[in-house]
Amino acid sequence: MTATLTYDLAHLIGATVLMMGFALLYQRRVSSVIRIYALQALALAAAAAWQAYIQDAPHLYLTAAIALVFKAIIVPLALSWLVRRLGMHRTIETALGIGPTLVIGVGLVALSILLVLPVTEGAAALARESLALAMSVLLLGLLMMITRRNAVTQVIGFMALENGLLLAAVSAQGMPLVVEISVAFAVLVAMILFGIFFFRIRERFDSLDVETLDPYRGDRP
Amino acid sequence: MSAALWQILQIALALALAPGLTGLVRWLKAVLQGRGGPSLLQPYRDLYRLLRKEPVVSEDSSWLFRLAPYGCFLAVLLAAAIVPTFTTHLTLVHAADLIALVALLGIARFLTALAGMDAGTAFGGLGASREMMIASLAEPAMLMVTFSLSLLAGSTLPANIVGFVLGGGIGLEVSMGLALAALTMVAIAETGRIPIDNPATHLELTMVHEAMVLEYSGRHLALMEATGMLRLWLFASLILCLFLPWGIALPGGGFLAILLGLVTYVVKLAGIAVALAVFETSIAKMRLFRVADFLGGALLLALLGTIFLYVSEAV
Amino acid sequence: MTAGAALLLLLVASLVPLGAGHLARAHQAAYGLCLGSALVLALVALVHLAAGDAARLAVLPFGLPWMAAHFRLDQLSAFFLLVINLPAAMAALYGIGYGLHAPEYRRVTPFFPLFLLGMNVVVLADDAFVFLVGWEFMSLASWLLVLSNHRDQETRRAAHLYLIMASFGGFCLLPAFGLMAGEGGDFRFEAMRAGEFGPVAGFLVVLLALLGAGSKAGLVPLHAWLPQAHPAAPSHVSALMSGVMTKVALYGLVRILFDLHGAVDWRWGAALMLIGAASAVIGVLYALMQTDLKRLLAYSTVENIGVIAISLGLALAFKDQGRQALAALALVAAFYHMLNHAAFKTLLFLGAGAVQAATHERELNRLGGLIKRMPVTAPAFLLGAMAISALPPLNGFVSEWLIFQSLFRGPELPHWTMKFGVPVVGALLALAAALAAACFVRAFGIAFLGRARSAAAAQAAEVVAPMRAALVLLAVLCVVLGVIPVTVTGALATIAEPLAGAALEPAVGLGWPWLSPADGERGSYAATVLVLAGLVLAGLLLWATRRLSPLPVRVAPSWDCGQPDPSPATQYTADSFAQPLRRVFGTRIFGARETVEMPPPGDPRPARFSLRMRDPIWQGLYLPLAAGVDWLAERINRMQFLSIRRYLMLMFLTLVVLLVVVGVRQ
Repeated sequence: MTATLTYDLAHLIGATVLMMGFALLYQRRVSSVIRIYALQALALAAAAAWQAYIQDAPHLYLTAAIALVFKAIIVPLALSWLVRRLGMHRTIETALGIGPTLVIGVGLVALSILLVLPVTEGAAALARESLALAMSVLLLGLLMMITRRNAVTQVIGFMALENGLLLAAVSAQGMPLVVEISVAFAVLVAMILFGIFFFRIRERFDSLDVETLDPYRGDRP
Repeated sequence: MSAALWQILQIALALALAPGLTGLVRWLKAVLQGRGGPSLLQPYRDLYRLLRKEPVVSEDSSWLFRLAPYGCFLAVLLAAAIVPTFTTHLTLVHAADLIALVALLGIARFLTALAGMDAGTAFGGLGASREMMIASLAEPAMLMVTFSLSLLAGSTLPANIVGFVLGGGIGLEVSMGLALAALTMVAIAETGRIPIDNPATHLELTMVHEAMVLEYSGRHLALMEATGMLRLWLFASLILCLFLPWGIALPGGGFLAILLGLVTYVVKLAGIAVALAVFETSIAKMRLFRVADFLGGALLLALLGTIFLYVSEAV
Repeated sequence: MTAGAALLLLLVASLVPLGAGHLARAHQAAYGLCLGSALVLALVALVHLAAGDAARLAVLPFGLPWMAAHFRLDQLSAFFLLVINLPAAMAALYGIGYGLHAPEYRRVTPFFPLFLLGMNVVVLADDAFVFLVGWEFMSLASWLLVLSNHRDQETRRAAHLYLIMASFGGFCLLPAFGLMAGEGGDFRFEAMRAGEFGPVAGFLVVLLALLGAGSKAGLVPLHAWLPQAHPAAPSHVSALMSGVMTKVALYGLVRILFDLHGAVDWRWGAALMLIGAASAVIGVLYALMQTDLKRLLAYSTVENIGVIAISLGLALAFKDQGRQALAALALVAAFYHMLNHAAFKTLLFLGAGAVQAATHERELNRLGGLIKRMPVTAPAFLLGAMAISALPPLNGFVSEWLIFQSLFRGPELPHWTMKFGVPVVGALLALAAALAAACFVRAFGIAFLGRARSAAAAQAAEVVAPMRAALVLLAVLCVVLGVIPVTVTGALATIAEPLAGAALEPAVGLGWPWLSPADGERGSYAATVLVLAGLVLAGLLLWATRRLSPLPVRVAPSWDCGQPDPSPATQYTADSFAQPLRRVFGTRIFGARETVEMPPPGDPRPARFSLRMRDPIWQGLYLPLAAGVDWLAERINRMQFLSIRRYLMLMFLTLVVLLVVVGVRQ
């Protein structure tokens, strides 16, 4: 296998992760969002495995396995269970329409390319592209947290953001395993905390729209 | 001289295979849904039957209504003539590039929409209005795909892009993937397939293309139907030619290369039919106003593909 | 010499109707004289272009006391002379038939020749004085023409706005020329071309030229007057204002940015592209929402000017970055589109005038079915609509193709702004082109197809022969300019060469009918070949359908799913046609709100549908500006009520300040 082909494949997998980031913004149903998130995690696991192969770094296989088990299987299943258990609305309330969100998303990708390119002037095309991809995934996750009002979608946005971090980590050579594992566990803990919060929020307000929390903020005069 | 020969063969191929492709997709869908499915030859029989029937024209319509089917058919046929399928050695290959191809399809759409409005019925106007809304997003998406390809391959001519890809000029580019995704979405919209429009539906408020050709009958309807089949064939061939060109004979290749090109082309076309049938069976039709999001997404994907070129390539 | 005589003839033409009063013949004679002189001027321009002559100069002993009036006919002037006078000749021919139908026609005829004279003087001027005199002549004459139907409140408002914007434009151009003339005060273009100016002066010149010429051409956000003023004039004048006067404004822009200034920074190119893209998209979206046929056409002018601005901006950027060959490509594309727009916009406005003459209606929702009652106007209008929608093999597509070809080379520019900006501009341009097609399907479909929506439309009759002739000739021009793209591009390349600094080969590698500018492998288009192939295929198709389908056509009532409704009101209207697009683009951009008032079941009241839209530019920019001006005027108003002593004090203070300034500078 030629060198360029390996790199191209790595980028293609990275681009799939990014596309799933866009698909998350495009969807209107909670169940589809969860499914797309699982796909994104799957692509991420593939990216990690592929990087393990081309960098010849066995610990990345572990990262891939963690991503596969936790992010692509357990988290989506848990979220679907939560949605069913809480009897949530199947549609997502958006703070900004789908079209404008997508336009902003493309703008963010352009921005991350614009930021990454001058910084990595000397670096190989591989690193540049991976970094640009990872940063775009991260920003799209943030965008999702901002523009979607449902609590579940906010969690997914948060985890998509974390996927971007992980993508950067696996493509940059030399990230220690400990960091990755701790990040993965941090996310898991965050997920559990969010889950508990969902129940509490719902018990109180009979809704998962986070806007309803607003009047109870302590800093209000 | 051989270029002219292959050109005639290409046009004949388009005319001969287009109804067959539609028939194949219908048959595959039926099989996937557990039905027997009509014969592959059914579209040919339908067209012949329509040609033999008496054409009835609304008394409110004008000459434009009768002219439009011929104009549409010719515009799409011309577009079909310039997309290399089995060889790039064609007479008309330099007569129009991808930008002109988009515009040729635009003629057909323009005339169909006007014909829909000509009889002064509510359904015709409904179809025309929706068709132009869909086109207003699909056309730019296709032009942005052209932009990406032109940046990558240095040409807007399909034949040159084929030559460039076959020459190994493009690896597995992210931008190519994005462009393919965008073009596929456009193709689904432009050929009126599920989830944008349903080619099998009649008399529903969700229809788009059928609403415009509602008043047609006889040979006029036959031409309009043939235009639709040709358009499906055209988009399938375009995707094959731009993204899967392997097998297409380049100028200078011998008779054997042409033969190989023909065989691989037919196989690839069948593959696309299977993919389309599976896709259509597994998805539900969209609400009309979701279409704008869908095609806006295609446009943005294509734009993203262009921008992504700067990362991977030293453009 | 011939050109001068023709200009004088225009002056005479404006005098003819003055003495004649009610005499119809005199008005027709005036239009005849205009037709003659416009044809002569077009011919002069054509001969000059064909011969490739060097610039011809003329110095006439009038004007400012210390300066004679300079005129110059070079390739650029000759091209614009052609762009002005071909449509002008057609409008004059049309005027012979239409002039007497226009409301208040006696207020139109004297100023029509003066309007032509002003525009011709602008492009022939070789010093700033003559240029500005011609410019103001053009503005004032067209203002009077807009005001001709002065009894209408709407018209008076439009004319008022137009006068303000025209003054603003002139007000900007004046200091631009002043800065270029420099301290020496030499107002000849010759001297400006040779002059050098510093970074600040250079910056100001470009800014003022953009504001001055841009406001006349209708670039966003200075476009607000255009869709109000252009439709208010009689149709043959609207045609010239939209199709030609905007080109004169662009001539000013090209003359200053590419010729007199000569070294414009690429950032201005980027800015112009952005303004152009905004104009294109906003213009066409507004056009899509209009139900007044002439206003729709005026908004479409904003779009087309935007398209030209994109191309001009690209040419500026290429030129500044030393890519002269690509600059030539973009400039030729811009020129091609100017020529095309002059042809089809004039055609469409004249067509709208014919519709108005036949039905006394401009409102799309009261038209319909005209294709059967107007057998010449309808096909001509259809050709114009197809040309402006950029459909091959007509002319609009060629220029669009050229613009896209030059845009696709935009990423070769070294700056990241351009690398990222060009694809975005390309996407917006493509969006505008596709929306334009939707806009003109709507315009033609609602006005000419279907069933008549009013009694006036049902009883329309075809217009008189001179009007029909003008429409047909312009439609033929649209076809010709589209079918021989290589010839036209070659001619335009010689005009662009001195401005861009490089020659453009129209057909590299492939030869005559194959348009493949700059590089044969990059892309090619051959309208001639496509038309021939299409004709052959059409012959075969006709033969085949004859053989296979022998039965004759039967005419019967509409089917309409078995439930045809006899009322024409059940057809799609202009508003309902635009509804899907309004919902996709309108909610955010125009704040379009649809409300349906549905009475409860059993209530016999009809359901009501209402639509509210607002113009963000008008409300966000113009109204605050007007309020600001009012506020300032209010403050200054106090100065009218001072005592004499205070007035004297003001004068004294001014004197002292000026003396201090002089003292400090020495």
